[in-house]
Amino acid sequence: MEILWFALAVLCWVLFFALEGFDFGVGMLAPALGRDDHERGAAIRTVGPVWDGNEVWLVAAIGVTFAAFPDWYAALLSGLYLPMVLVLLALAARGVAIEFRGKVDTPVWRRRCEVALAVSSFLTAGLFGAVVAVAMTGLALDPTGAVVGTGLERSLAPLVSGPALAGAVLGVLAALVQGATFLGLRTTGPVRVRARRVAVGSAVAAGVVAAGVAVVVGGLAALFAGVVALLALAAAVAAAWRYEGTAFAAATLGVVGAVVAAFTAHVPVVLPSTLDPASSLTISGAAASPYALTVITVGAVLILPGVIAYQAFSYWVFRRRVASERVTA
Amino acid sequence: MTALELSRLQFAVVTVYHYLFVPLSISLSALTAGLQTMWWRTRDERYSRATMLAGKLLMATFAVGVVTGLVQEFQFGLSWSAFAQYYGDVFGPTLAIEGMLAFFLEATFLGLWWFGRDRLRPGLHLATIWVVAVGTLISAYVILAANAFMQHPVGATIDPATGRAVLGSFTALLTNPVVVASFPHTIAGAFMAGGALLMAIGLWRRRDDAAQGPTWRLLARVGAWTTLVGGAAVSLTGDLLGKVMTEVQPMKMAAAEALYETTSHAPFSLFAFQLPGWQEPWSLDVPWLLSFLATGDPTATVRGIDDLQRQYELQFGPGDYTPWIPVAYWTFRLMIGLGMVAAAVAAYVLWRTRRGREFTPAWFADRWLLRFLWTLPVLPTAAATFGWLFTETARQPWLVFGLFQTRDGVSPTLTPVELVASLAGFALVYGVLAVVWVRLVLHVSRLEPAPLHPSSGPQEKPEPVLEMSY
Repeated sequence: MEILWFALAVLCWVLFFALEGFDFGVGMLAPALGRDDHERGAAIRTVGPVWDGNEVWLVAAIGVTFAAFPDWYAALLSGLYLPMVLVLLALAARGVAIEFRGKVDTPVWRRRCEVALAVSSFLTAGLFGAVVAVAMTGLALDPTGAVVGTGLERSLAPLVSGPALAGAVLGVLAALVQGATFLGLRTTGPVRVRARRVAVGSAVAAGVVAAGVAVVVGGLAALFAGVVALLALAAAVAAAWRYEGTAFAAATLGVVGAVVAAFTAHVPVVLPSTLDPASSLTISGAAASPYALTVITVGAVLILPGVIAYQAFSYWVFRRRVASERVTA
Repeated sequence: MTALELSRLQFAVVTVYHYLFVPLSISLSALTAGLQTMWWRTRDERYSRATMLAGKLLMATFAVGVVTGLVQEFQFGLSWSAFAQYYGDVFGPTLAIEGMLAFFLEATFLGLWWFGRDRLRPGLHLATIWVVAVGTLISAYVILAANAFMQHPVGATIDPATGRAVLGSFTALLTNPVVVASFPHTIAGAFMAGGALLMAIGLWRRRDDAAQGPTWRLLARVGAWTTLVGGAAVSLTGDLLGKVMTEVQPMKMAAAEALYETTSHAPFSLFAFQLPGWQEPWSLDVPWLLSFLATGDPTATVRGIDDLQRQYELQFGPGDYTPWIPVAYWTFRLMIGLGMVAAAVAAYVLWRTRRGREFTPAWFADRWLLRFLWTLPVLPTAAATFGWLFTETARQPWLVFGLFQTRDGVSPTLTPVELVASLAGFALVYGVLAVVWVRLVLHVSRLEPAPLHPSSGPQEKPEPVLEMSY
C-alpha cells in the first residue's frame, strides 16, 4: 500500500513538473519571442486555457504527499521554509499575471503582466529545480524526522550548494526547452520560427548540463542523467529538423525522466538525512495509517482516471494553433 | 514576538486574505451558471451580458483564490509541521480528496468555459460552468469538514505509541455535526458576498449607462435577491450552528456572550461598553434570547466561562482555557450586524425597484446609498471574515478542541527572523494582488458589458490544417 502511494505521489509530482514545465517556459519566452502585443498575446494564449488545470497537479501532489507521508511533507516544507515561501510567492504573481493580462485593454497593463509573468516563471522554474536537487541530496534530519538547525542558515544554506545550483540551472533550461518546443507546436508565423531557434539552443545547453551532472554523480544516477542528456539532444535535433511534435515529446520525456530519477534515487528512502543515514525518512516510516491510505486509494481510483480524461478533453478542445491576430478577449 | 506568535499572525493574515476571495468564487460561479442558464432558456440579451460580466469577475477572483489557496495547503508543513505530523492522518486525506475531486474540476472546467465559448456547443458550454459551480461546493464541503474536526474531533483515535491522531472513519469525518451545520451557513454567507457585488455594480452603472440600462437593472435585482435570500439563510443556519456549537464547544458560546457566570433565562447582549470606574460593563440586553439561541429554550441554563474553566482544569490539567473574550464578543456581533445591514440594504433596493420602477435617487436615503455603494460588497465579506475570526480564535487555546493545543503545533526549528521575512514577503505580494484585483474589478465593471457569444467582431480563424498537437 505504501509503495502504491509512493508511486502515486511520484506520479503527481511528475505530471506537475511535466505539465507546468512548458507553462513556465512559455511564461519566460512570451515576452522575448513576441515582438509585438499580438504575438505575445498569442504565445500566452497557448497556455491560457490549460495552465490552471496543470497547476492543480501541484495541489494534488502536495495533498497526496501530506496524506500519504505526513512526515515527509512536514520535514520538506519546514526544513526548506524560505525557498518554499519564495516559490509560493512567485507562483502567486505568475497565476495572477496570466489571468489578468487579457482582462484590461491597455498596452502598459499588458506589458507589466508580461514582465511579472516572465520573472515569476523564471524564479519558480529555478527554485523548483533547486528544491528537488536539495530534497534528493537530503536535509539534516534528526531521529524524530524533524530538521535540525535554526534560522537563515538552515533555510537558505542548502540553496547555495553545488547540487542546488545545478538543479536550478537544469530547472530553468528544462522549462525553456519544453516551452519553446510547445510554442513551436502551438503557434504560427514568426513566433513559431523564433521558438524553434530557442528550442535548439536551450536543448543543447540542457543536454550539456545533464551530461555534466552524469559525469559528476556517477553510479546509477549517472545512467538516468545520461538518458536525460540524450533526450535533450534528441529534442534539439528534432526541433532543428522541424519535427515539432517529436521535439516536444522528447523534451517532456526528459523532464519526466529527471523527476522520476530525483524521487526514486534513494528508494526506499524518500528523504535522506545528511546527519545520520539511520535518521532518513523511508517510505514505510513516513507513511500514514493503513486506513488513511485506504481512504485516499478509494478516492484516487474513483477520481484520477476522470481527471486525466477531462484534462485530455480540454487539451483536445484547444488543439488548434493560436494565430497572432487580435482576438477579442 | 516569539515564533509561535508570529506563526499565528502569519496564519491569520494568509487565511483571512484567502477567504476574502473564496466566498466570491463560490457564489459568482453559481450566479454565472444561473445567469447563463437563463440566457439559454430565454435567449434574452440581458442575461448574455450579465453572464459575461459575472464570469469575468469570477475569473479574476478565482485566480487570486487559487494562488492564495496554494499557500494555505503549504502552510501546515511550513510553519505548523508538528501539527501536520500530528494531524496529517486526518487532514491529509481531506486535502488530497479535495484537490483530486473538486479543485481539478474547477480549474480545468473554468478554462474550458472561458476559452471554449466559440469552440464548444452551447449546451456543453453551459455544462462546463455548472461543473465549476458544483466543484466549488464540493471543495467548500471537504475543507469545512477538515475544519470541523478541529472544532469537534470525530472519526479519529489517538495512537498511544506516537501520540498522533489516526483516522478511524472518513464517513464520520464527513458527517460531523459541525460541518453539517457550518456548510450551509458558510455557503449562504458566500452568496451574500457575490450578490452584494453584483448589486453594487448594477446600481452604479445604471446611473450613467442608459444604453445597457436593462442589463444593469437586471444585475442589481439579481444581486439584491441573492443577498436577501442569502441573508435569510445565513440567519436560519447560523441559529442551527449556534446550537451545535453550544453543545460541542460551550466555552465558545460563553465567550461570544462574555458570559462569566452560569445563567438561566440568559439575555443576549446587543452592545456593551466598559464605563470608566465601573466594575460591570454597560450592556444593551434582549432578555432570554441567549438561552433561546443556544438551546432553543428561553428558560434554559447557559454555562458561563468561570464554570467551564474550572471544569476544563479538572479535565485537562491546570492551564488557561479561556479564549480572548473581547475579540470573541465583538467579532460575533460584527458578523451578525454587518450581515444584517447588507440584507436590509438589499431589501430596500428590491423595494425601490419593484415592478419595473427605476432606482432614481429621489430620496435622501437613495443618495447616501449611491455614495456608499462601494461598501456594499465589503459588508458581507467583512461579516464572513469576522465569523471566521470568531470561530477560530474562540477555540483557543486549542488547535483540535480538547486534544491538541496551538502552542504544540508550531514548527520546532522555525525562527522569528524567517517568519518576519516570510510575513514581509506575503504582505508585499498580497498587497500588490489586492490593489491589482480591485483595479481589475473596477475596470471590468466600467466596460460596456460584452455578450457571451460575440456575433459580430472578429472570430478566431480556424487553421486550414487541423493537426494533432499532442
